[in-house]
Amino acid sequence: MEKLRRTMLFVPGNNPGMLRDAHIYGADSIMIDLEDSVSVNEKDAARLLVYHALKTMDYGKTEVLVRVNALNTPYGREDYEAIVRAKPDAIRMPKTETAQDVVDADALMTKIEQDAGMEVGTVKLFAAIESAKGVLNAQQIATASSRLIGIALGAEDFVTDLKTNRSPEGIELLTARSLILFAARAAGIDAVDTVFSNVNDEEGFANEVKLIKQLGFDGKSIINPRQIETVHRLYTPTPEETAKAARILEASEEAAKRGSGVVSLNGKMIDKPVVTRAQRVLALADAVKARVE
Amino acid sequence: MKQLTIQSTGIAGTLESSDISITIEQNEDKGIEIQLKSTVENLFGEQIKKVIRETLEDMGVNDALVRANDKGALDCTIQARVTSAVSRATQTPCYPWEVK
Amino acid sequence: MQNGVKREIPAEVAGIGPLKPYSNQLVGGQAKNTERLKDRQLNPAKNKIIGSLEEAIRATGLRDGMTISFHHHFRNGDFVVNMVMDVIASMGIKDLVLAPSSLIDIHAPLIKHIKNGVVRRIETSGLRGELANEVSNGLMDIPVTINSHGGRARAIASGELPIDVAFLGVPSCDPYGNANGYSRGNTAASACGSLGYAKVDALYAKNVVLITDNLVPYPNVPFAIPESQVDYIVVVDCIGDPKGIVSGATRYTTNPKELLIAKRAADVIEASGYFYDGYSLQTGSGGSALATTRYLREKMIAADIKASFALGGITQQIVEMHEEGLIHRILDVQSFDLRAVESLKDNRFHHQIDAEYYASPDNEGCAAHQLDVVILSALEIDLDFNVNVITGSDGVIRGASGGHCDTAAGASVTIINAPLIRGRIPTILSKVNTVVTPGSTIDILVTDQGTAVNPLRTDLLANLKAANIPVCTIEELKAKADKIVGEPAPIQWEDKIVGVVKYRDGSVIDVIRQVKRNS
Repeated sequence: MEKLRRTMLFVPGNNPGMLRDAHIYGADSIMIDLEDSVSVNEKDAARLLVYHALKTMDYGKTEVLVRVNALNTPYGREDYEAIVRAKPDAIRMPKTETAQDVVDADALMTKIEQDAGMEVGTVKLFAAIESAKGVLNAQQIATASSRLIGIALGAEDFVTDLKTNRSPEGIELLTARSLILFAARAAGIDAVDTVFSNVNDEEGFANEVKLIKQLGFDGKSIINPRQIETVHRLYTPTPEETAKAARILEASEEAAKRGSGVVSLNGKMIDKPVVTRAQRVLALADAVKARVE
Repeated sequence: MKQLTIQSTGIAGTLESSDISITIEQNEDKGIEIQLKSTVENLFGEQIKKVIRETLEDMGVNDALVRANDKGALDCTIQARVTSAVSRATQTPCYPWEVK
Repeated sequence: MQNGVKREIPAEVAGIGPLKPYSNQLVGGQAKNTERLKDRQLNPAKNKIIGSLEEAIRATGLRDGMTISFHHHFRNGDFVVNMVMDVIASMGIKDLVLAPSSLIDIHAPLIKHIKNGVVRRIETSGLRGELANEVSNGLMDIPVTINSHGGRARAIASGELPIDVAFLGVPSCDPYGNANGYSRGNTAASACGSLGYAKVDALYAKNVVLITDNLVPYPNVPFAIPESQVDYIVVVDCIGDPKGIVSGATRYTTNPKELLIAKRAADVIEASGYFYDGYSLQTGSGGSALATTRYLREKMIAADIKASFALGGITQQIVEMHEEGLIHRILDVQSFDLRAVESLKDNRFHHQIDAEYYASPDNEGCAAHQLDVVILSALEIDLDFNVNVITGSDGVIRGASGGHCDTAAGASVTIINAPLIRGRIPTILSKVNTVVTPGSTIDILVTDQGTAVNPLRTDLLANLKAANIPVCTIEELKAKADKIVGEPAPIQWEDKIVGVVKYRDGSVIDVIRQVKRNS
């Protein structure tokens, strides 16, 4: 089954009410945050709160990630110690700049898993890239660990690093988005786009989702449950797209039965990539259907 | 089992909905004393006190005066906030996984 | 035989029968209250204004043991109840039955009038705040009677609840008693829109005293209360606080959980089989109900569906859809915000109705029985779908019956919008602490974590399933909530009954007991 990561919802780690309700809005993944949304005075309390929440809460089919503090901060190591033991699906590492960052995280996670008597590799990794250096190292980052299931762009820090700011069209992000996407595809992992922070600008948000979907991203980080519907609507194949994909696959199977290498539908020849894309559309539609049930 | 002595005051949690604010103070040789205010006192008052007490006992705290102001926190939140308050009061990191 | 104007009248005409000769004395002709007719005749200026509340009370002949009534259209901005009760108390009248359409936080001063014996018994739709706490703690010797809006109208109209004097605050009134909740002639400071609940009292009470802060020239048209029903008028400086009477604008919620429930509810309505061109609806003023209206609006536009009417408490959202042409008529028993007040004043198909027309179960037809869809709320709901909207999780009275059981019984699809849990309080219980609305009239429960259909409604269940709406059982929803919050301790009750909850037909559906205090 295709793993859906259309939406990755940020959940502040020190808010018990939001931790309790994080999964009810239907985001494909929730990303509980111990980093930027938690003040330095509350890092310890948030870590314990998330640990206990993960130990008790049943988030159902929702994928759970925890964004920890970077290992070069005073909080990073303890975050890993607590969170690996709480067994989320993955840890999202912030501000990843080099492959070594990933290797270090992987090694630490392995040690913790061994200490805790867990199977090594239980908890996956997701790397957020938030600087020019990180973007240029994206390819190495994406292949640095077998735990890695995806990489993401964190645009706010990134544009600051570039000495610019975010524009509605996102021209300043185009290269970074493309490089991150190439790195992900080359490594066979997922690519998730950055957040869009103006929750009230529904049109601007929809335009950005269309853009990143067209670029090839698997989904988007989101900061408010209200953004989920837009992303899912734009990412879910329409009945027409699904029907067309089904017809293409049918024709392809017909051709295979006949032993013919040439597939045609309504008199038009169909290339193999078209068949592959049709398969992907149907896999996505199936995954969405399973998610709703 | 490791014993923890509360000598200064530790505070954790907030007064927001679904959270619980825990203040832990010294209570030398007087056992665990809990003063609870809760928005769901009649429904969960006893349960909240039980979780606070068990969390403290599991951490090796035998004497403490606990002031709890609860706004409908779940058990896991109560455990986390009590642990944080003790950790802050004793200025020692408390890892739940070392306890059990 | 010569009659009063000296015409020869036969004693009998074949085929018609005996004839009663005209006597030239004024008798009959008035629907009620003929004994007061003389007083009106004695009023040469055709002016019913009396100098003070005390004089008016004296003129009505109010005495110990009688029943008086008020309306709650001024909500938490009401000055009338406290003002009138203080004067009544100062006159030494005692043992009264108080039968307002509802009571709210601002009516806490009633506590002293109960303690000093001025008020012996209360019939109301709801109680809130300090007064509700005190009543739940056993303040009164006789339990409070809780009526639904339709049930109260029925009781008054049938004579089961006779009202001796109705004291009705009115935002506009002329010297002869034509009164309304707004004025087309000026901007009434205390405008409240519809006077739907008060209209019943004005029609049936033996004496009607209007209290206004906005005297306008005769005739004050349009009027909600006609001169023919009014005995006395008292003009005072201020009948209410506008800020408490109507909210400026009812805003759509941004609370994601309420939005989620609202979205689900709108999807459910769309799939229910009762979302057709010409359907009718009622929504409350709660966050998720309002947001449901917004999602419904989008669906109505997309499917080119118009509603024939919207009923009940009216908000800006309903008015906007009316002005957009999406809702043809508004039947308004209570106007919740400024926009609704303005619309009632300006829009010709925004119509004021009284509580009997709205929801009485005992007449030849009420609007609630014409409803397709109603969205209601719940403090608690149980596995039999019984709903509590009157007592809180602590067992203390903190709500109102309102039109809940009336519209639930009348509508084709009755939907409860409620969060699965509030903080740590579960909404679904094995047994609700107080039944206000019977489960047999509740069709669908929509929560943020799932939708359940009453097994009695196999038709709705089939429709939802056909539309791929995820549905689970109410037992499954309860299990989900219990797993999150744990098992709450049951409320401890004393034996003393503090409230009697009546169903809309006057039968008793439950009693509320005093809450036991651990001390």
